[in-house]
Amino acid sequence: MPLLEVRNLTVAFDTARGPFRAVEHLDISVNAGEVLAIVGESGSGKSVAMLATMGLLPDTARVTADVMRFDGRDLLTMSAHDRRAISGREVAMIFQEPVASLNPCFTVGFQIIETLRRHTPLNARQRHARAIELLEAVGIPEPQARMTSFPHQMSGGQCQRVMIAIAMACNPRLLIADEPTTALDVTIQKQILDLLLDLQVRHQMAMVLITHDMGVVAETADRVVVQYQGHKMEEADVLSLFEHPQNPYTRALLSALPENATGGRLPHVDVAAWMAEA
Amino acid sequence: MSDTPVLETRAVTRDYTTSSFFGGGKVVRALKGIDLKVARGKTLAVVGESGCGKSTLARIITLIDAPTSGEVLINGEQVRVGAGLTAALRRKVQIVFQNPYGSLNPRQKIGDVLAEPLKLSTGFGAAERRERVMAMLKRIGLGEEHYNRYPHMFSGGQRQRIAIARALMVNPELLVLDEPVSALDLSVQAQILNLLQDLQEEFELSYVFISHDLSVVRHVADDVMVMQWGDVVEYRSRDDIFAAPEHPYTRTLFDATPRIDPARIRARIEAKAARIAGG
Repeated sequence: MPLLEVRNLTVAFDTARGPFRAVEHLDISVNAGEVLAIVGESGSGKSVAMLATMGLLPDTARVTADVMRFDGRDLLTMSAHDRRAISGREVAMIFQEPVASLNPCFTVGFQIIETLRRHTPLNARQRHARAIELLEAVGIPEPQARMTSFPHQMSGGQCQRVMIAIAMACNPRLLIADEPTTALDVTIQKQILDLLLDLQVRHQMAMVLITHDMGVVAETADRVVVQYQGHKMEEADVLSLFEHPQNPYTRALLSALPENATGGRLPHVDVAAWMAEA
Repeated sequence: MSDTPVLETRAVTRDYTTSSFFGGGKVVRALKGIDLKVARGKTLAVVGESGCGKSTLARIITLIDAPTSGEVLINGEQVRVGAGLTAALRRKVQIVFQNPYGSLNPRQKIGDVLAEPLKLSTGFGAAERRERVMAMLKRIGLGEEHYNRYPHMFSGGQRQRIAIARALMVNPELLVLDEPVSALDLSVQAQILNLLQDLQEEFELSYVFISHDLSVVRHVADDVMVMQWGDVVEYRSRDDIFAAPEHPYTRTLFDATPRIDPARIRARIEAKAARIAGG
């Protein structure tokens, strides 16, 4: 049984021109302990699908699905209260802009402790000790001293580490990382990806990595879902995807990578024309 | 054809003074003596991470800021930013920014966006300006029907085409491209890179291409300059630097860049399986 199972997910937003379907008939499953990469260009619905699963979309979104289960528990019929107990504890999420994800008015220590207070029975002293432990686990030097730092006193990479510490606070079984390194420099990106992969194996945690970067997919994923305009184009294990891409869209995307250019020119990827044909 | 580089900088430095409320500002040297040359029709890629000084360098090359010391030469002629800078000289260097959503005035029609550089630095009349804008719209793959539209009616890729077109309106010799494709999707990125390549050949343009994406750099550059903390750590031809990066920082950058390599994927998966099996 997959840890997360979503079948026939459709997310529609009401717009002035009628409903817009950001995700249509999407099936996604994540097994315990695996890294699933969801890759797609902007507007492919890769973030929306996961936000819908987390219950984090605004009320204007209409989310329908045949099945939406986490660890066998039905997320669709569950009360909001029960669902909140899962979000943040068993399923955690980190986002693209680490500096914007943290509250600028509170110390990072406070923000880690806040999660522990909400989701664990630890007392104040234990929470403080655990927060320091978490900062250390995500590679923040001098964690004790950093507890009283504000987000603006830290770099983007360090803020993302703090976000990861908050996400890891309750040992989640599934971590959803939405473009976690897109705003970061490439050397920092490598550090953060290495950290995430290390935590993932160490805690036997499942991870969904949402990204637009095929290189990041190749360096991190076990399995890959390729999305385009709300639809799943292809699903494959990572090696098959890069060695034998099946779907024309996947092939077109891979051919558009500068490193795959034959001669001086990049191929013209006319996605719209291809979609019209298909 | 002369051998004079279109752009040359000699020992360019730039200091910024951080002033605090209580005075006693600290001087930060953002550029520590940059020497570079860009030949006609060639592309120099500038690579580095945030804070390495590449945007400061872009401002100096584009003649927006003056260097603290050192010289900037355009076609061998020394340039002094300030009163002495003629419109004719300023026209020779234009810039395209990373974010095509932020770099176009949302209340200006595309036709006006493209006509404005002509208004500012040429003596063309309205009819001539309009004709040139129409020609440029066609050149970048848009049509006359786009003349009266506003920026929000275009996609990111189209907007970046417009930003490139605006830079080209005054027939520059050098384009500074500051991360021109990093905000774009892969399929759109390919189109813009192809367009830049076509324009370079057609107009014999020189590019200073600022990027953090090494796969893009490898595709577009003739020479590559790697910067760190305001200094040049390595500056060689593209083929040399990618064949054998010499400086430790260049190697760090190359190693950190995600790669699509089946052998590497296989090794990673095996290592992970072994680690899980080993507990």
